Amino acid sequence: MTRIARIVALGLLIHVKHLSRNAFDVMATTIWPLVYATLAYFMFRAGSQPEALLLASLGATVMGIWSITTVGAADAIQRQRWAGVLELLVAAPTPFWAVLLPITIATSTIGIYALVSTLLWGRFLFGIPLHLEQPVIFVLAIPPTIVSIGLLGFVMASVVVRFRAGWAVGNMFEYPVWLVTGLLVPVALLPGWAEPISWLLAPTWGMRALRDAAFTGGAPLFDIAMCVVLSVAYTVIGAVLLGQFLQSARRRATLSLT
Amino acid sequence: MSRESRTLGAVNVVEAVDLHRTYRVTTGAIRRRTHDLEAVRGVSFAIREGELFGLIGPNGAGKTTTIKMLITLLIPTSGSATVLGHDVVKDARWIRERIGYVFGGERGLYERLSALDNLRYFAELYAVDHRRQRARIDELLSLVGLKGREQERVEGYSRGMRQRLHIARGLLHDPPVLFLDEPTIGVDPVGARELRALIASLTEAGKTVLLTTHYMFEADSLCDRIAVIAKGEIVAQGTPQELKAGVAAGSVVEVEVFGIDQPSVERVLALDGVRAAVVEEHEQRQLLIVQTAPGLELTHAILSQLNGTAVGRVSSREPTLEDAYVQLVTAA
Repeated sequence: MTRIARIVALGLLIHVKHLSRNAFDVMATTIWPLVYATLAYFMFRAGSQPEALLLASLGATVMGIWSITTVGAADAIQRQRWAGVLELLVAAPTPFWAVLLPITIATSTIGIYALVSTLLWGRFLFGIPLHLEQPVIFVLAIPPTIVSIGLLGFVMASVVVRFRAGWAVGNMFEYPVWLVTGLLVPVALLPGWAEPISWLLAPTWGMRALRDAAFTGGAPLFDIAMCVVLSVAYTVIGAVLLGQFLQSARRRATLSLT
Repeated sequence: MSRESRTLGAVNVVEAVDLHRTYRVTTGAIRRRTHDLEAVRGVSFAIREGELFGLIGPNGAGKTTTIKMLITLLIPTSGSATVLGHDVVKDARWIRERIGYVFGGERGLYERLSALDNLRYFAELYAVDHRRQRARIDELLSLVGLKGREQERVEGYSRGMRQRLHIARGLLHDPPVLFLDEPTIGVDPVGARELRALIASLTEAGKTVLLTTHYMFEADSLCDRIAVIAKGEIVAQGTPQELKAGVAAGSVVEVEVFGIDQPSVERVLALDGVRAAVVEEHEQRQLLIVQTAPGLELTHAILSQLNGTAVGRVSSREPTLEDAYVQLVTAA
């Protein structure tokens, strides 16, 4: 168990370092959510709901983290395949779920850049006060939000290990998850069947945790607990799927490019 | 310790028995068709403890596919293989702990990380005791001649440096068995010579090595035994001397030519007593290499088939391992 913990921790460090060293990737990660945030600010201003501007900012942040994760996790695996590293990782004696998991969490961790840039953008360009009701809880909510979203990316990334063109799955889920988790419009406005689906998706609880810590009247600790529960569930589902996909990839020879 | 003086163990460390591997290939966009491609067709060989075994063959012959089955990355379609007595399908993790895999080329490293970070990460993946990791990495950096450059990003490394880093990565957990897939490909002559010395030192340290290469002199100088693979099948197997002896009962005629065409080569090939004919490109000129049956003097007959082609130096010599290889692969 200690060894797995070391592998996950070092893997996270190594992959965050690797991802952070591409200036263009970091720039895209930082600027991308600003577009959503800017649109949201103008929409909320038009609706004369200035108190909701911070909420829009948080929504844009979680949208950014999700987008970076859903596209980035799949892309990260595909890049490892292109670089010829994927086979080496599989050929190592470490359980592959413990190798893949930090790669996807590293991708969502890069979302911290999005969070910081979005909040600062709102503060300095639109004058949105960064007043948080429970600042400590808000900070505590960030890691479980990022990890749970990263682990949802882990489930999707397992598909890319098996299918060379599986990275398209990441793109496919980007917008639907925005919608169904209430990042774009409140879930209450969606058809009834959408709400139970939203409960199964980490961005829903991550967004709620940040929102409830920022404003009064919520239960951020419950939202954080849900992030943790979903993280465990995603890890188990991802590990089982990965085991199957990996066996299939060895049979179908899809680990390498050719 | 020289190759001749090294004593090989009696135990088979790697064993492949009638290995087959078929790929399903899909063609067409609208009317998709699939067909099976047999990459490896009944490959069998055994490698003894401490042996440096070469697997040589042209591109697409099945060398890499065979290695990938042995290192547990691919599941054989049929047949079986064991490494250190364990089945490559059933005991994949057990085998992975005890083997090292190194491939040639520029890929297989985290470009934006330093060599040190690359090695630290793989040391952890290969369960190298974290208290010994730094010392082991230092030891390997010295062995492969990268000491002092380990903090630099890999993207700035030359091909030879990358290749040496690959070897260091493969040796991190001190595996008793190593699979080296074309480790000197694309490396400059000096770098390749250093790499060959490094590979030779591995068997001196008691490791069992399976090496694939395109370079015949490399196989000839390094390998205890060689298997020649062509079109997915082993077409010959033995020591370099045994393989050369297969064509030794003949001779090789080399003709320096300028602008030879394919019909001329085919006419030479059609001559009675000609076993193989290949053309090597050398900038402005080509070298026509013709293997002939024993007891025949075909120089004049060969020259008479080169109508209109400018001819330079003509010579004959004893066959080399490369000639043996060309003959075996051409006949397959």
